[in-house]
Amino acid sequence: MPINILMPALSPTMEKGNLAKWLKKEGDKVKSGDVIAEIETDKATMEVEAVDEGTIAKILVPEGTQDVPVNNVIAVLAGDGEDVKAAASGGGAPSKAEKPAEAKTDGKPEAPKKPEPAVASAPASKPTASASAPNARGGEDPFPLKQPVSGSRIFSSPLARRLAKEAGIELARISGSGPHGRIVARDVADAKAGKGLKAPAAAASGGTVAGTGAPAMSDQQILALYEEGAYESIPHDSMRRTIAQRLTAATNSMPTFYLTVDCDLGKLNAAREEINAAAGKNADGKPVYKLSVNDFVIKAMALALQKIPEANVSWTEAAMLRHKHSDIGVAVALPFGLITPIIRQAELKSLSAISNEMKDLAARAKGKKLKPQEYQGGTSSVSNLGMYGIKDFTAVINPPQSSILAVGTGEDRAVVRNGQIVVASMMSVTLSCDHRAIDGALGAELITAFKKLIENPVMMVV
Amino acid sequence: MADTSFDVVVIGSGPGGYVTAIRAAQLGFKTAIVEKAYLGGICNNWGCIPTKALLRSAEIYHYMQHAKDYGLSAENVSFDPKAVIARSRGVVKRLNGGVEFLMKKNKISIIWGEATLDGGGKFTVKASQAEAPKGALGPGSYQARHIIVATGARPRVLPGLEPDKKLVWTYFEAMNPDKMPKSLLVVGSGAIGIEFASFYKTMGAEVTVVEVLPQILPVEDAEIAGFARKQFEKQGIKIMSGAKVTKLDKKADSVTATIDDGKGGTQSLTVDRVISAVGVVGNIEGFGLEKLGVKTERGCIVIDGYGKTNVAGIYAIGDVAGPPMLAHKAEHEGIICVEAIKGMHPHPMDKLLIPGCTYCHPQVASVGLTEAKAKEAGKDIRVGRFPFVGNGKAIAQGEDQGMVKVVFDKKTGQLLGAHMVGAEVTELIQGFVVAMNLETTEEELFHTIFPHPTISETMKEAVLDAYGRVLNM
Repeated sequence: MPINILMPALSPTMEKGNLAKWLKKEGDKVKSGDVIAEIETDKATMEVEAVDEGTIAKILVPEGTQDVPVNNVIAVLAGDGEDVKAAASGGGAPSKAEKPAEAKTDGKPEAPKKPEPAVASAPASKPTASASAPNARGGEDPFPLKQPVSGSRIFSSPLARRLAKEAGIELARISGSGPHGRIVARDVADAKAGKGLKAPAAAASGGTVAGTGAPAMSDQQILALYEEGAYESIPHDSMRRTIAQRLTAATNSMPTFYLTVDCDLGKLNAAREEINAAAGKNADGKPVYKLSVNDFVIKAMALALQKIPEANVSWTEAAMLRHKHSDIGVAVALPFGLITPIIRQAELKSLSAISNEMKDLAARAKGKKLKPQEYQGGTSSVSNLGMYGIKDFTAVINPPQSSILAVGTGEDRAVVRNGQIVVASMMSVTLSCDHRAIDGALGAELITAFKKLIENPVMMVV
Repeated sequence: MADTSFDVVVIGSGPGGYVTAIRAAQLGFKTAIVEKAYLGGICNNWGCIPTKALLRSAEIYHYMQHAKDYGLSAENVSFDPKAVIARSRGVVKRLNGGVEFLMKKNKISIIWGEATLDGGGKFTVKASQAEAPKGALGPGSYQARHIIVATGARPRVLPGLEPDKKLVWTYFEAMNPDKMPKSLLVVGSGAIGIEFASFYKTMGAEVTVVEVLPQILPVEDAEIAGFARKQFEKQGIKIMSGAKVTKLDKKADSVTATIDDGKGGTQSLTVDRVISAVGVVGNIEGFGLEKLGVKTERGCIVIDGYGKTNVAGIYAIGDVAGPPMLAHKAEHEGIICVEAIKGMHPHPMDKLLIPGCTYCHPQVASVGLTEAKAKEAGKDIRVGRFPFVGNGKAIAQGEDQGMVKVVFDKKTGQLLGAHMVGAEVTELIQGFVVAMNLETTEEELFHTIFPHPTISETMKEAVLDAYGRVLNM
């Protein structure tokens, strides 16, 4: 019996992925654990491992294919002693059980559906790249917008909805020309002809309402403003779309306020020098750790959130989630985007542990090798642009988190102490807070707790 | 010094023109309306409204004659034609005053007289014979940034059938007769012809209708028109379709018509009066359109979906801008036109969503595609029908002769058209018009609750029938 190899779900919310590369070709023998392909999602590249032994009888999805729906058959494996040719011709016609009804082959946008943990939706015996099968964090959808919240309903005529469904066009992509932007039949006809069609929502959104919202201008309107040839058109990759979509959603849905304080780094700099000087050497003669200011920032933020637990929260429509641990996301710049890997339970980790973990996460982020569970979730984040000499800035909160700390550069400034102007090493930080979850005074308490810790790093040891 | 410069000027104060002027004023335009004869135009004065008044008299007369059917008695039922007409004219008068009031209320200047377009936004108004309403501006030179032509239409004249206002009538004379004819020939079976045939038949005249096409009410669905025809014939109206009046011989107080019956035969018919109701043509001549180079086609001004002509600053709406020549089409066209001038991006006119009503007995009403037109357009359709005999209210009313027919797109469930014949259908059709305008499919109609007992239930039943779910048949 030939075995169908399915498109794995790398995260609970993943609905589609790009088949980046085949590492085996038709006719190759594989055994359990062999890496057979690389799958690219919005933020990571994952390896697909074979679970069963056999011969690759047929590759059904060529490498480079974009937006392959999860659970689509991507290849057929002939078991030991099976006729490869027969498997090649017979495979790929999966039974219902193997191919859930929602998996489509033509890349049509999907109707919103309940996020399911991949472990539940992928047949148990199929090669779903066991390493990638997420843990039971399933259902923790950062965008629980499956039920449209008030204000996000897309007004459309019944006929327009039916025509759009038939044409396989998401309503969110259609510009409505009816009263108050209602989508009417003619808009669907226009969209079918490519007129006024908005960019599709990123694959991870999975919902018709979680798109980037109604853009201020249509693509056509924007293009009309520039001479053709005066620009280069670079297609969005899935990371770019995810960034656009999530941060737009965050900006649109979160009433955000900002709190800025200046922190004196005098004690921190001294402590850092001392600690780094004391670092032992490893076999290569390199120090076993080298703390950065940012490592202190991560630790201080983690401890501040523990001191002010009311601020270590996530807003949901039903309730406030008060997190027990401080899982701190740290923004890492990538060549064409960014990602925020998460230091879990940072309040419990030593500075050197945080430092080394961060180095590992950053390196793997740059290689696009992070697992989804390494960058999803989190309770707050840190974004540091100090290395660019930025004095201070505000950062956009990464939902479902409720806050993010924007860290500026550490620099010598003239400050007034006891009536005298003195030189001090100062760093400005700005906390962005989701006002639905954190009120002004609470945010002030949090940033004050942070300031105390960063100015007196010895308190982090307590 | 009176104002002579405006943002928007509407030429013609018919139902399209005066509504357009009001909308323009609402949108903040300095607006004027030019009228040479009577505020409210044909519709108010010689069309829609006075005929409805006449038909209402006919209807009540009909009920009185059939009082027995309802267990009542009415002896020596008769009518005074002068009083019937006087009532009709009274209704008109009341509405004239209404239009004048509306112009005042919306601060729209009335310019009394006949306008000629001079180009470049300028126009000249000459004095007209009719008496001007109080406060109206008079003859002179005016100018406007936007000129909307709403000059309407007039009866079409066919050679050999020229109305003489005495023996051969148009609708003008027909609604203001010097005496009630004992016999009448109606040429043309469109809404106007059929309504007069219905009126005069009820009032006791022998009525013959001649229609050149094989179907009476030619724009209606064939099945509905056929149903209506049977009812008319039952009432005693003689109908000759596919026939043609070739000659009229006028005597002192009668006319002898020669009718080619279309089957190779010729008939001769002598009647007291003839009504020529062979359609209307746009009023496009004699006020400067030619000089300005405004494009016309088949007697009407050519416009885009927003009333724009080929000449900048000149717009046209209503009958003069082409069929269907209906007051409500004119009104909506005017509103779209003014809103587009304002830059409001209205949707252009969708002619499939213009309902049509004929106030004969039984009434006929429709919107959208007929079954034949839908097929012609290559649509795969589902058709549903429901007769009034299956409707409790219709039977209780003693109006069980009627039917509703609906046409759906099989693939999308779009309601493509609805066609009705029977009592009150002119008031009912709007339900389907709203449904079509909101782009409902059969499902929304299935889930729409129709009140019981009403004749409107036949509408839902027809929809259900299209999907094999009819309940009361």
